[in-house]
Amino acid sequence: METAGNLVLLRMVIAVVLIVAFVFLNALIMGYLERKISARIQRRPGLMEVGPHGILQLLIDGFKLIGKQLIIPKDADRFLFRLAPLLSFVPVVLPLMVIPFSSKLQGRDFDIGLIFILAISSLNVMAILMAGWASNNKYSLFGAMRSVAQNISYEIPMLLSLLAVIFMTNTFSMQGIVQAQNKIWFFLVQPVAFLIYIIASFAETNRAPFDLPEAESELTAGYHTEYSGMGFSLFMLAEYANMFVVCSIATVMFLGGWHGIPLPFGEYSNAIWFFMKVYGLMVFMIWVRWTYPRTRFDQLMNFCWKYLIPFALVNLLVTVVLVKLL
Amino acid sequence: MPVTKNIPQEHRFFLNMGPQHPSTHGVLRVILEMDGEYIVEPQPVLGYGHRMQEKMAECRSWPGFLPNTGRMDYAAVLPYNHGYVALIERLTGVEVPIRAEYIRVITSELNRIASHLIWYGALLLDLGAFTPILYTFDDREQILDILEDITGSRLTYCYFRVGGVSKDIDDKFVVRTREFIKRLRSRFSMYEKLVNNNVIFINRMKGIGVIDADMCRRYGVTGPVARGSGISYDMRKSEPYSVYPEFDFDIPVGEHGDAMDRFLVRFRELEQSLRIIEQGLDKLPEGPFRAKVPKKIKLPAGDCNFSVETARGSLSYYMISDGSDVPYRLKIRVPSYSNLSVLSELCRGMLLSDLVATMGSFDLVIPEIDR
Repeated sequence: METAGNLVLLRMVIAVVLIVAFVFLNALIMGYLERKISARIQRRPGLMEVGPHGILQLLIDGFKLIGKQLIIPKDADRFLFRLAPLLSFVPVVLPLMVIPFSSKLQGRDFDIGLIFILAISSLNVMAILMAGWASNNKYSLFGAMRSVAQNISYEIPMLLSLLAVIFMTNTFSMQGIVQAQNKIWFFLVQPVAFLIYIIASFAETNRAPFDLPEAESELTAGYHTEYSGMGFSLFMLAEYANMFVVCSIATVMFLGGWHGIPLPFGEYSNAIWFFMKVYGLMVFMIWVRWTYPRTRFDQLMNFCWKYLIPFALVNLLVTVVLVKLL
Repeated sequence: MPVTKNIPQEHRFFLNMGPQHPSTHGVLRVILEMDGEYIVEPQPVLGYGHRMQEKMAECRSWPGFLPNTGRMDYAAVLPYNHGYVALIERLTGVEVPIRAEYIRVITSELNRIASHLIWYGALLLDLGAFTPILYTFDDREQILDILEDITGSRLTYCYFRVGGVSKDIDDKFVVRTREFIKRLRSRFSMYEKLVNNNVIFINRMKGIGVIDADMCRRYGVTGPVARGSGISYDMRKSEPYSVYPEFDFDIPVGEHGDAMDRFLVRFRELEQSLRIIEQGLDKLPEGPFRAKVPKKIKLPAGDCNFSVETARGSLSYYMISDGSDVPYRLKIRVPSYSNLSVLSELCRGMLLSDLVATMGSFDLVIPEIDR
């Protein structure tokens, strides 16, 4: 019994180490993809200097950011100012523990996996509010206030759309939800929920066209205006990891998780399918960001409360009735 | 969305927007008295880029001031050149060859397109869309290349001379300009699809910053901002100068006077400018490109005014001369200054995001205001 417990603990430790490493790797990949794809969209070459096609640029940027001086603005709350970037990093690492990358590759399969993810990832708002408050800058505070209102509002349609899937699978376990999709992927059964989830996830990750908390042209850089060096880069890491989390949830809930046509890689083909789906969604998010202008704050909130939530509720009701009948 | 209720004093705070702010396009500073995200009282602060251009004009002989005209509105320089040389021509009575006038009109319109293309990208940048500015800069680059070939510079031109232009245009210019016209026309549908019909963009621009005709008159608003409010006032038509009367073009006007109308007016002006250039190239007469002018012209005593239409509105040079070759006084009336002065009244009770959209729709060039 004791050895079994130790093994579980060891598995968790390894998973945490791998996940933290992966979060950094993900930031490198996403940073590169973002800059290369945006360059392609804007008809320019993008990164070309460091390494072939600039693939080492992000590493160099990382070193540069580590080497930068941490500037703490005058009259800022020093403790909270330093704590905020760290705190923004935690809620994006923990959800990755329960994400099933394949049938075996998973930190731990909780029975309440989805609830765990949603509970932890809503902590992110606190870090942003803390950053905005501690910076002692009005623009930062604007960004933080917007972020809080936006994230709390958009969590509702997000939850409602995921709940529709939960009613169909009868389980909160991520692995269970994936296994329930071995016949048909849920985005075909629940297209409305999928659409609502995708829109809400843009708002949850503060990505354009809903990037109001960091709206460059209005609020300079919103809540991370005053951050430099590693403080700033931790926020960026968190943003990309957050994107990864919401896209993995979308993959698990709607796109059949690690299911896919068998590839000639044996056991790894499941994981490859999973990553392909997640990065496909993330590339879609990048594509949207570099295409659309930003919405206005009141429009964003109206869109959530007037359209997304009612539609999500109706969708949920229809799902419940159909599940009961069939 | 005007704030109708009275906001208690303790709820208000000041937000300093600029002089280093990404969407003030230069060194404009706006002190905003805010209530949450609503603006109670905006107050523009000018003068961060003041270079005493008018005083400089009083301190040097009049040809020496010609390069300075390119340092005010750096986005649309040639109309500034045009106004100044035309003023001297009117004052001294120099006749300009017809070919030179055609070259002036063609190059000025090219410059107007370049300026509108910068504005188009910059407005979208203010609204958070990053991609269009690179497309418009791509198009603008073609104009800069064409103009560089004949004027020698890419931004701050000093191309017009009293009695004509400094260098004649050649066949290569004509061919390249025609190519550019074709290229830009083919890009319009892309811009319309990407931006003009975008629902987020329309929602950001419709009904924002409505200026009525009365307000335009009170503040002396001109250019596309006034035309967006339905006032068909364009120096090229209302006080025709150069050879503009010989061209067939329309003055686009808006209906509601909101940011969207100002946007559409400028967008349609691109097509009108292309029409002018096309006709100019078709009708381009042969002849000298510069009149025979004595090396040193003395300005006769007296005063004189000349107005041209720049990309931003009507620009007036008013010169008082005492008979020497140094002007006694040169007053420059710039369009952006009057257009900006609307801001205080217009943006009361607006959201911060709408202020950014409104200022973007004004197409302000701050060095022109500060000069």
